[in-house]
Amino acid sequence: MLLTAAFAACLAAPGAFAAEGEKPYKVNADGKVNWPTFSGYRRYHSECHVCHGPGGLGSSFAPNLLESIKRLSYEQYLEVVVNGRVNVDAATQNVMPGFATNLNVMCFVDDIYTYLVARADGAIGMDRPKHTGKPPEAAENEKACFGDL
Amino acid sequence: MKGRRTIALVAVAVALAGASSLHANTKLMRMSDDANQWVMPTGNYANHRYSELKQITSKNAKDLKVAWTFSTGVLRGHEGNPLVVGNMMYVHTPFPNIVYALDLDKDAGIVWEYKPQQDPATIPVMCCDTVNRGVAYADGKIFLYQADTTLVALDAKTGKKVWSAKNGDIAKGQTGTAAPMVVKDKVYVGISGGEFGVRGHLTAYNTKTGKRVWRGYSMGPDSDTLIDPKKTTHLGEPVGKDSGTNTWKGDQWKIGGGTTWGWFSYDPDLNLVYYGTGNPSTWNPVQRPGDNRWSMTIFARDADTGMAKWVYQMTPHDEWDYDGINEMILADIPVKGQTRKVLVHFDRNGFAYTMDRVNGELLVAEKFDDVVNWATDIDMKTGRPNMVNKYRTEYNGEDVLSKDICPAALGTKDQQPAAFSPRTRLFYVPTNHVCMNYEPFKVSYTVGQPYVGANLDMFPAPTRPGGTDRGPHMGRFIAWDADKGKEVWAIDEKFSVWSGALATAGDVVFYGTLEGYLKAVDAKSGEELFKFKTPSGIIGNVMTYMHKGKQHVAVYSGIGGWAGIGMAAGLTGDRDGLGAVGGYRHLQNYTRLGGGLTVFTL
Repeated sequence: MLLTAAFAACLAAPGAFAAEGEKPYKVNADGKVNWPTFSGYRRYHSECHVCHGPGGLGSSFAPNLLESIKRLSYEQYLEVVVNGRVNVDAATQNVMPGFATNLNVMCFVDDIYTYLVARADGAIGMDRPKHTGKPPEAAENEKACFGDL
Repeated sequence: MKGRRTIALVAVAVALAGASSLHANTKLMRMSDDANQWVMPTGNYANHRYSELKQITSKNAKDLKVAWTFSTGVLRGHEGNPLVVGNMMYVHTPFPNIVYALDLDKDAGIVWEYKPQQDPATIPVMCCDTVNRGVAYADGKIFLYQADTTLVALDAKTGKKVWSAKNGDIAKGQTGTAAPMVVKDKVYVGISGGEFGVRGHLTAYNTKTGKRVWRGYSMGPDSDTLIDPKKTTHLGEPVGKDSGTNTWKGDQWKIGGGTTWGWFSYDPDLNLVYYGTGNPSTWNPVQRPGDNRWSMTIFARDADTGMAKWVYQMTPHDEWDYDGINEMILADIPVKGQTRKVLVHFDRNGFAYTMDRVNGELLVAEKFDDVVNWATDIDMKTGRPNMVNKYRTEYNGEDVLSKDICPAALGTKDQQPAAFSPRTRLFYVPTNHVCMNYEPFKVSYTVGQPYVGANLDMFPAPTRPGGTDRGPHMGRFIAWDADKGKEVWAIDEKFSVWSGALATAGDVVFYGTLEGYLKAVDAKSGEELFKFKTPSGIIGNVMTYMHKGKQHVAVYSGIGGWAGIGMAAGLTGDRDGLGAVGGYRHLQNYTRLGGGLTVFTL
């Protein structure tokens, strides 16, 4: 039940990034980013970076996501995150687990996407970005998506 | 009648097994006294990493030359060290955890190779590189603890599998990285996965059969932790009933961490096994109120039964990821004028503890790096740190960045083991000189998925305690007096010293650096005697052995581990317009991934 509800909440607005030319991230003149970009930064670094490296740059375990994110549509990105990907042959042993049941990923899957696009576009660097603050909606969404923690 | 005879036969079998294993134990101990060999990952049960060999001295160390090298074929972080048993050397690798048996009498040719088949899904559930800290030897067998938690006994002569046992489940985020230790008829293994909500335990298997004998969890009811509420003590006081659950909220202890991925030591006279437990899960302290016993704890357990004799929690309710897993070095040294059986432990939290290893009394607790700032000192009565609120991530709260905390999460020292020389009575300690910003945030637990709940960035420690600037170095190699709780000398290193140290009777101390140097220094003064740059950064432990009358010194190179995992891309390190200063990212100017062994001799 919880998962279904979370899923629905997370995927409430897929395709929000589909609009041509529209960037999901926002970087102000003073370098501060909007909350989703920052949220994506920290969720990425607690869930993804062990394999995909700091800042999405990749490692010998997993590809550079700043390249991948340019090739993948939002829907394709979502598909890989949810289901994982297996690429095992004589030369490579890459296994990405599916994150469908991981709320730390799924509740913030759009934020992580936002962060990676911002990184891929060169709009933000490797380091922890400063942000414009956590809006009340973000806190509420987090609570709704996580359920009773 | 039939039944009775069976029982009698079983009794005889048990008696025989007991006798032969006792013999094996004595034999292994005797072998560890023979400086020509290096039969345990830790050198000896006391974790001294000291050798009586003295062909290489502070006078001639400058003449060291490379004798031979060996490529493991694996390009990942190479922690631990090889073993030398008789004329054989046993070399291990990170995932996929290959073991090579090399015949030193035949130009170090490969006698056998064991390459386990492991599910590649193991890789994403390893937190900080796919390291392995070495194999153990006993009774004609090599014990390999694989990343997927399979414990395998191999015939040391042929590499053929004798038995295997499964200690955990990667689907639950449980992995194996630590080196096993053998005592009598038991082989001990821990479990990794503190970043996946794994509840830690120490487990003993029978060396002959691979049967599980006992398991002591780090937290849980007394029946799980093997704690006797009346007899097990914390600083001399009985811990009371269910001490492993009553400082946790609800069922959080079930995913409470306290993993056991460090080194083990053993005192044969006291028959106690010593080790430390890791961080409580999650890294967000707000989500786990209470002391979170017995995470961050030194355990002394009976080697036969696993029952805990005493415990000491160093960092109650951790707010920084200061795992307590670093090695326990057992020494008999004068403390405050009286010779004591002590345990010396350099913790991630930046304090060096000298304890009475018989009863767990706290004797000395001092900072081994001046910049440590999260606590002012340790209350010697309660054993608790006197914390500084400014640097407390829970005090500052969720979604708040706590700044300039020293040390960083990887600690003033991580698993890289220190050495002890009975000649100088000094401890030689590889350390990190790194600080951090840390922001905890809310996370949800899913089986087998990361359960972290904090972000941090790390940077070089300031030039003076309390500073907010960045100093020029991230590591120090120090000599420590465990009686006085004072540093005797220190060598600054550009990067963290992530390599285990070796002390020798030639009064030469060895360690490696992340740039790839093997260094030899004078045990008394710290003066550099020799250095050689190996093909990749060193995170392995230096060992020594004698072959055909010549002392050899060997070390793995192969950058990786926590300090090196970001090497290819560089860890975050910039702050407030200071630009690209220091930090591990500069490692890429010095070295690249590698995997090999370099062996030196005069």
